[in-house]
Amino acid sequence: MSDPRLPATFENPGLPPHVHRAADTDPRAAKRAERQVAGLFTLSILSTIGFVVSYFAVKNDTEVFVPFIGATNLLNILLGVFLALALLGIGFGAVHWAKTLMPDEEVVEERHPIRSDDATRAKAVGLLEAGAESAQLNRRPLLKATAGTALGLFALPLGVQLAGSLGNPTKALEELKSTIWDVKDGKPIRLVRDVERTPIKAADVSIGAVFHVLPETIKDSHHVLEDKAKAAVLLMRLHPNDFAADDLGKKARSWGYEGIVAYSKICTHVGCPVGLYEQQTHHLLCPCHQSTFDVTRDCEVIFGPAKRPLPQLKITVDAEGYLVAPQGFAEPVGPSYWERKK
Amino acid sequence: MNALAARRRHPAAIALLLFLGLALVGATYSLFAPKPAQAAVATADKVADGKALFQANCATCHGISAEGTKSGPTLIGVGAAAVDFQVGTGRMPLSAPNVQAPRIEQIKYSQEQIDAMSAFVASLAPGPAIPDQATLETEGDVALGGELFRVNCAMCHNFAGSGGALTRGKYAPALYGVEAKHIYEAMVTGPQSMPVFDDKNIDAKGKASIISYLRTVETQANVGGMNLGNMGPVSEGMFIWIFGLALMIGTAYWLGQKAA
Amino acid sequence: MSTAASARAADLRAGDPKSSAPASASAKKAGAVASWVDERTGIAKGASFMLKKVFPDHWSFMLGEVAMYSMIICLLTGVFLSLWFIPSAGQIPYEGSYLPLKGITMSEAYSSTLAISFDVRGGLLIRQIHHWAALMFVVSLSVHMFRVFFTGAFRKPREINWVIGTLLSMLALIEGFAGYSLPDDLLSGTGLRAAEGFIRSVPVIGSYVSYMMFGGAFPGEAIIPRLYAVHVLLLPAVLIGLFTAHIILVMVHKHTQYPGPGRTNENVVGFPLMPVYTAKAGGFFFLVFGLLSLVSALVTINPIWAYGPYDPSPVTAGSQPDWYMGFADGALRLLPGWLEFEIFGYTLSLNVFLGAVLLIPLMYTITGAYPFLERWITGDNREHHVLDRPRNVPTRTALGVAAITAYLVLMFAAGNDIIAIRLQMSINDITRAFQVLFFVAPILTFWVTRRICLSLQRHDRDKVLHGRESGTLVRTPEGQYYEVHEELNEYDRWKLVGFESPAPLALPSGKDANGVASKDAKKEIRRAKWSNFFFKSRVEPVTPAELATAHHHGEHEAIETPAGAGAQAIKQAKQD
Repeated sequence: MSDPRLPATFENPGLPPHVHRAADTDPRAAKRAERQVAGLFTLSILSTIGFVVSYFAVKNDTEVFVPFIGATNLLNILLGVFLALALLGIGFGAVHWAKTLMPDEEVVEERHPIRSDDATRAKAVGLLEAGAESAQLNRRPLLKATAGTALGLFALPLGVQLAGSLGNPTKALEELKSTIWDVKDGKPIRLVRDVERTPIKAADVSIGAVFHVLPETIKDSHHVLEDKAKAAVLLMRLHPNDFAADDLGKKARSWGYEGIVAYSKICTHVGCPVGLYEQQTHHLLCPCHQSTFDVTRDCEVIFGPAKRPLPQLKITVDAEGYLVAPQGFAEPVGPSYWERKK
Repeated sequence: MNALAARRRHPAAIALLLFLGLALVGATYSLFAPKPAQAAVATADKVADGKALFQANCATCHGISAEGTKSGPTLIGVGAAAVDFQVGTGRMPLSAPNVQAPRIEQIKYSQEQIDAMSAFVASLAPGPAIPDQATLETEGDVALGGELFRVNCAMCHNFAGSGGALTRGKYAPALYGVEAKHIYEAMVTGPQSMPVFDDKNIDAKGKASIISYLRTVETQANVGGMNLGNMGPVSEGMFIWIFGLALMIGTAYWLGQKAA
Repeated sequence: MSTAASARAADLRAGDPKSSAPASASAKKAGAVASWVDERTGIAKGASFMLKKVFPDHWSFMLGEVAMYSMIICLLTGVFLSLWFIPSAGQIPYEGSYLPLKGITMSEAYSSTLAISFDVRGGLLIRQIHHWAALMFVVSLSVHMFRVFFTGAFRKPREINWVIGTLLSMLALIEGFAGYSLPDDLLSGTGLRAAEGFIRSVPVIGSYVSYMMFGGAFPGEAIIPRLYAVHVLLLPAVLIGLFTAHIILVMVHKHTQYPGPGRTNENVVGFPLMPVYTAKAGGFFFLVFGLLSLVSALVTINPIWAYGPYDPSPVTAGSQPDWYMGFADGALRLLPGWLEFEIFGYTLSLNVFLGAVLLIPLMYTITGAYPFLERWITGDNREHHVLDRPRNVPTRTALGVAAITAYLVLMFAAGNDIIAIRLQMSINDITRAFQVLFFVAPILTFWVTRRICLSLQRHDRDKVLHGRESGTLVRTPEGQYYEVHEELNEYDRWKLVGFESPAPLALPSGKDANGVASKDAKKEIRRAKWSNFFFKSRVEPVTPAELATAHHHGEHEAIETPAGAGAQAIKQAKQD
């Protein structure tokens, strides 16, 4: 069937014939395009003036109602819209100019292979070799070795300075383990409300309630945020019968006080505050990655990417009936790290 | 028949079919859905009226003396505030079994009827009372309210009170358009998944401050323009991918088109 | 028009008529200035080379420009912001004009960001342009990468530029994250907190590195000034350096072009830099800037005042990073907890390390290596300047779609809580579904995409062989009906037939010339298998012979051919 005179593949037919635009053939169309472009540029000029006028004339806190937005800041809207129009005027004008009035016949530029020709390559290699030769690189191995070593080492001081001075990591392991719940002088630390910093009586905590808690020692802290970042605690009261009957529930109960339990709020996954307490299911949910902990089962993980339960803070009451922590956390709080068990 | 066959592939046919189906389901449901019994509200004995209303409308799930059944918890000791909140926001009576009772705009009872039922439930055992007008009108400290809100509420209800997800389909609802009274009642009673924030946890001034803060957030101008639902970076990302990219590609497409 | 170009174009089309305008007084003045500069810089040599450079016109070629301009807008507005922003974690009481935060203790960084938003006139606009432009930068560079990938523009000689682009893309993420963290609001602080958790998960050195980066315990006062230096100095310098190299290489390689009549591997067809592209690309900068300004005037981004200052105790529902970090955050939501192990008393948290630390370099290494892998499989060592239509390389297209699918699953997983509340679904179900989808969806989309590509190719063949459906029905005297098909003209046809469809490498015997099994032979077999995977499903372009045969058989097709050399030849062949 196949005809020997036919080529094996189709051939590129070349550029199609050029089709002229309206503005190329019709002077009136060209004039119209010119007017459109000039109009766009004028819009830009006017908008620039509008921007400057609004900047000085509109008060910083004037509100205006805009459909789909609601009440909003007049100055922000005016400056933004005028700036946008000033820029869009130029942009649309320039592109419209290019499309309608500038030449639209396509131009062909030739390509050449990217690689250099052999002669050029040979010349470059020759120059390199001659340079190395004239520098006596190969004849003087001592120079080669010392220069190489010196170049290899010169960045070291900078690296040492940088790594050495960023921060002292020697206390890292010790500090990751400790919190300001750690009892120093044998005196148990009172639990206080996070914002008001008032102590909490056991009787204040009703069943179903959740308190966001800090240690009383936060008052004397010189590093409030750093200490808070490890010491934030969540306090809940459950009905004593709500805890699981097995060992997990037993631990939760024995470290708590009449159904009141305190757990570190810092997620064992990557450290977000686990704040979402569902008082019916007794589940704690982390809003960052949805790790879910079961308060009735010693805060073990029942869903999500965390592996370990939230560390529990042992609590009791002092003589005045205020909740206190007689000891700090038994394990490091927050995300895992290599030496956590050490 | 032929005309029907010819048109059944019309794109509007699907929409029409869906609409008809939905209408049918809706009509059937409204026929069978429980209707609030029209008990007369007399002023003489609120508790008795409340009891009658309760037994007609709530007892199926909560038991004849509010002792609770398999389908609903006991209401003994939940207080008037719980009833006023649950019924006053349309959460009760439960319109359909679900993981959580949703807030409904259409309230089935008058405030008088709600008050009667509240009075009845409050008469069973002491519990949180409906806050009085003076408590609700306490002027709060907006900045303090913001701090309290962020520590105690934002993790579930989101930074601007737009709501957030809880486990297994439950959620913390948005707080927009909620009466101060209902916000207050929700805090003291801890409805559904929400923990209890009674006065020993956050005092009356703190509650008033939280409510003032929420009012401020709700009524303040969107200074930067549309707030995209105050959902955080997710809605911003969607906006830039959908609208931002469409604007850019649209412009680029126009730029590359040959002029007429 | 250049002489080289016109010489080349001569056989394609007659050159443009030259126009010469009389020199005016202002032109003379400009000439004098130009002469002054040229005598001191020799700039005319470079200018005459640059100004006649030709750029092909296509909307998808502007995606990279959107990225470039967004970056420039970020640099510009960033300079503005740096004049008011105070990169300090020092705690002060707020005394600005935003009442709901009055008197609250906060960092100077947050306080100064509030000042930019409420007290600096127009400051909020600049801040919103900066942030929207940053989001647009990453969006457009991603879509630009998609374009380059699906059209095969990364092939020789452009592999280096693909690698540079990959690096740019990765650095853009880090630059964005650094910027997101600076205002020290509740959301960005939560992000930093998580980042600290990520660093801690690095085996052996994690806790030390964390202490070095934060200058002690989290949050410390060091991280904000340090991130500031990284955000405004280090990364922008690297970004600009790489970006310059990227553009220079585009100039060196000359732009690729889509297949079409007159477009060959030895030419580039388009418009010269002067004047058309100067106006178009220059105008496009103003368009991108203008559109971003408009968005910033109308749509809030990152309302830091609503989040409140950072404090390690509170957190907000919907704590997400900006979208471009979403995939890593999503991976963290999907990775199961049992990936944390105890080894000889040491803790290895793969549930964090895989998603938060390893994923980004891994993803970019695979992306950067792709051109080299494909070249190894295809064994194609030629230069390619004409782009592939995605359908004509079904396997590559399918691989790209599969990769994007996996990425999207992770990205949507980062919004699982928002999806849950918006669609009233269970967050647990959504998470489980995404865990499954991450493995299943890419395989499905790979298969579906390849099928779609192949059927599109078959459709192309059909169109070439039988013409396009004209919509006109004709009744023959015998009472039969048929639709008139119009034959494609040679220009339209070329778009559909001007590609290669290589056959897979034949499976070698595994023995060398002497019949002995060799080491190289094993490698060759592996390569042939991959080649089979890559090229097995294919549709070949129509050949002139096939077209002639189709015409021979299709007597009923009323063919209305346009005049054209190719068509003439085919008609000739048909008559024979």
